[in-house]
Amino acid sequence: MIQLKHTDMAGAQVLMKDAVSLSPFEGGVEYASPARGPWNIVHIGTLVPESHEIFMCAQSCLRGVVLTAAEMGEKAMDRFSTIVIQERNILRGDLEELMIEGVTDILNKLPYRPRAVEVFNSCIHDFIGCDLDFVFGRLRQRFPDVDFTDCYMTPVLRKTRFAPDAKMRQQLYTFLKPAPVEKKSVNVIGNLTGFQEPCELVSMIREGGWKLRDICACQTYGQYQKMAGSSVNIVTNPGALSAGQALEERLGQQLLYLPLSYDYEEIDRNMEAAAETMELPLPDLADLRRRAEAALEQLAEQLGGMAVALDFNATVRPLGLARLLLSHGIRVVTVYGDSFIPAEEADFQWLKAHAPELKLRSTVHGKMAAMPRDEAAEYDGRLLAVGQKAAYFSGTEYFVNMLEGSGLYGYEGMIRLARWMAEGAETRQDVPSIIQVKGWGCCI
Amino acid sequence: MGVLHMRQVSRVLSTYAADVSGVCSALYEMGGMVIMHDASGCNSTYTTHDEPRWYDMPSLVFISGLSELEAVMGDEERLMKDVGQAARELKPRFVAIAGSPIPMMMGTDFRGVARILERRLGIPVMGFSTNGTRSYISGAGMALAEAARRFCRDGSRLEAPLGSYEGRISVNLLGVTPLDFSTVGNVEALRETFLSAGFSVSSCWAMGSSWEELIGAGRARVNVAVSAAGIQLAKTLREQFGTPWVLGIPVGRELTRTMAEAVERAARTGENQLPVHLSAADEEGKGIYVVGEWVWAMSVRFSLIRDYGCRRVKVICPLESGDLFEDRLLSGGKELAAGVREAAERESMFLEYEDQIEEQLKDAALVIADPLYRRILPRDRQADFLDFPHEGYSGRIYRKEIPVFIGEGWNRWLESQRAFERL
Repeated sequence: MIQLKHTDMAGAQVLMKDAVSLSPFEGGVEYASPARGPWNIVHIGTLVPESHEIFMCAQSCLRGVVLTAAEMGEKAMDRFSTIVIQERNILRGDLEELMIEGVTDILNKLPYRPRAVEVFNSCIHDFIGCDLDFVFGRLRQRFPDVDFTDCYMTPVLRKTRFAPDAKMRQQLYTFLKPAPVEKKSVNVIGNLTGFQEPCELVSMIREGGWKLRDICACQTYGQYQKMAGSSVNIVTNPGALSAGQALEERLGQQLLYLPLSYDYEEIDRNMEAAAETMELPLPDLADLRRRAEAALEQLAEQLGGMAVALDFNATVRPLGLARLLLSHGIRVVTVYGDSFIPAEEADFQWLKAHAPELKLRSTVHGKMAAMPRDEAAEYDGRLLAVGQKAAYFSGTEYFVNMLEGSGLYGYEGMIRLARWMAEGAETRQDVPSIIQVKGWGCCI
Repeated sequence: MGVLHMRQVSRVLSTYAADVSGVCSALYEMGGMVIMHDASGCNSTYTTHDEPRWYDMPSLVFISGLSELEAVMGDEERLMKDVGQAARELKPRFVAIAGSPIPMMMGTDFRGVARILERRLGIPVMGFSTNGTRSYISGAGMALAEAARRFCRDGSRLEAPLGSYEGRISVNLLGVTPLDFSTVGNVEALRETFLSAGFSVSSCWAMGSSWEELIGAGRARVNVAVSAAGIQLAKTLREQFGTPWVLGIPVGRELTRTMAEAVERAARTGENQLPVHLSAADEEGKGIYVVGEWVWAMSVRFSLIRDYGCRRVKVICPLESGDLFEDRLLSGGKELAAGVREAAERESMFLEYEDQIEEQLKDAALVIADPLYRRILPRDRQADFLDFPHEGYSGRIYRKEIPVFIGEGWNRWLESQRAFERL
């Protein structure tokens, strides 16, 4: 047992003025915080309606995914099966046969026939050279009434080829089959929750007579397949860009990348691009901006100098959000994150110039296991965390349980975030019981 | 192609915590630093599902973050560099490194890595060739045994010869991890049960004991292995200090009394004891099936037979305890070889796969097992099931429902269950 007394944060914390790049910390052994809200590949896979997930990997890897499903309840378990790889399979090299016969056995025993099956292979498949084309060819022969796709639980590739999360968002749409083009239909691709409404982008699209389709809203496999006919795909999450690119190449759907942003100019550019692509009239952006400004000014007043900490799970652009809040007089003291996406470069430079004492703290550095979780105490407990990891590491009771932007987008998203932050600053919460829930908001 | 084991499929069942988690769990409170050599995933699985102490009791458990390039190149230098740096910064008492599936494929020499690191760092470093394909029993077992080999030295040898003791008999409790006992009061109840029976508890491997208590394990008169994860450690301490062991959990009135007698007998004679082994005549008809970790299941079986007069009580162990008995325990504990083998082969079924277990439970009158096993019974037979949550199987899901099952706590809990009338 160790005592929480390690206060030398060198290496795990850097002041903004000293940060040299968007990856400000050296790599090393990694700590895993108990904040478990972000969705994993099991949660993401459930977004395809009427699908079944089959994971094939070693016991140590299966344990995490099977209990992810079990924690979601009986319905999730009904849509989930496993094939365990044992030492002998690696020695014999019989993964193809195990995979084909295992999936066959599962499908034959299921009390229902899924419309689609996601077969997850693992790092072992990659290293052993498993012939996935052969496997899926054979499965499609055996089950012509079922759609199959290959999914990946391959964390060993995360630093060199692709992150499992981004790959999963891409594979989610591989079941879509070419369909007649529906001109005035647009998809949102790669988001795990729908847009929080009101949202000026959604209003503009709907008022212009376009249908907005999102996998998050699909209840049936048929509704999901309708997405194949849309003429345009909107991507707002950088982690889903490859999904949009793949669909553009395969189905000819125009990719419209409108990244989540906290910068007024970028928000305006996004809206203008959407309006131009879909030939829609723009809403009054100046008015929306004024309302957002007013909401942020009111928030600054309500917080009254209360310290704020953000993290990279709350939003993919925590530096952009920090900049927005700081520039409106809100006292952001810490940003928790290990590296930041290239789109954050301008915000990174702005913060270096305008908030040199802002702390950047790693969430995985080894010292984070031994650091006292008492940052909130430095502010007499009055610290508002935006994001689960910020709440955990700071030890605060005041927080906004925001994940991946939580569907907040554009000016209306800012207005709602200001409201959430004001509410969060006034309400003590049972942080441990909230942040330890896996895949917050995922339900079947 | 080789013989295909279609039983490797699970349509409805979960899976047990893996060996690498077992290593972390066993060493958690010893003040060391444990590294899971893996890309990612093992750490979040362990800290989320296998480790109830993670939020409130800090420990230095990390992942190495193995990359594809390092795996392909067989590069272990980055691992050693990162572990070395973390050890210099965090100053653990020791370092342990345990493997996952990819290091197995890379052929990582964990003992070799440990030797090099030990020279570089000047503190003890242990390497464990876990590979993520075996259960926590294997990992926890090897970690506890190795810790004893490394740290329980001559200074903690028996202070008096066997049979000539005065005062209370001192015992070590072996194989105590949250994976088998959770954090709901069973560890405290275990200590209390032995104290109430007139013994003193020297150490508990490895929850709630100080480092000094642990490394003084050689001073105890008797070792009590309360889980399969404690068996290797019992054997190691037998080899190191000649300490006899007793295998079982004091579950229920009769077994608590029987185990106390067994501890006294072990202290008096120096011979190993297996009080949970209870031969019963083969009988036809529907039986009661206890499914789970072998020592727990055998202890529950004992209570059902002796406390409640149940008949036809069978044990199904889906873990690899069978291998432990065959390969390790029997070779070291000759006195009980025949008894253990008999217990393992006659009273227990070591069934690893879903379809084997499903087939066996078709005729069960009652099944006692973790709630995630419920799904193996048809919907119209759910009344034939008694939930007994096991952290090593369902993780944190049913933690609040895990009872204190030590001593008469088991009787009180069992008698309060609706299924009790079906016994």
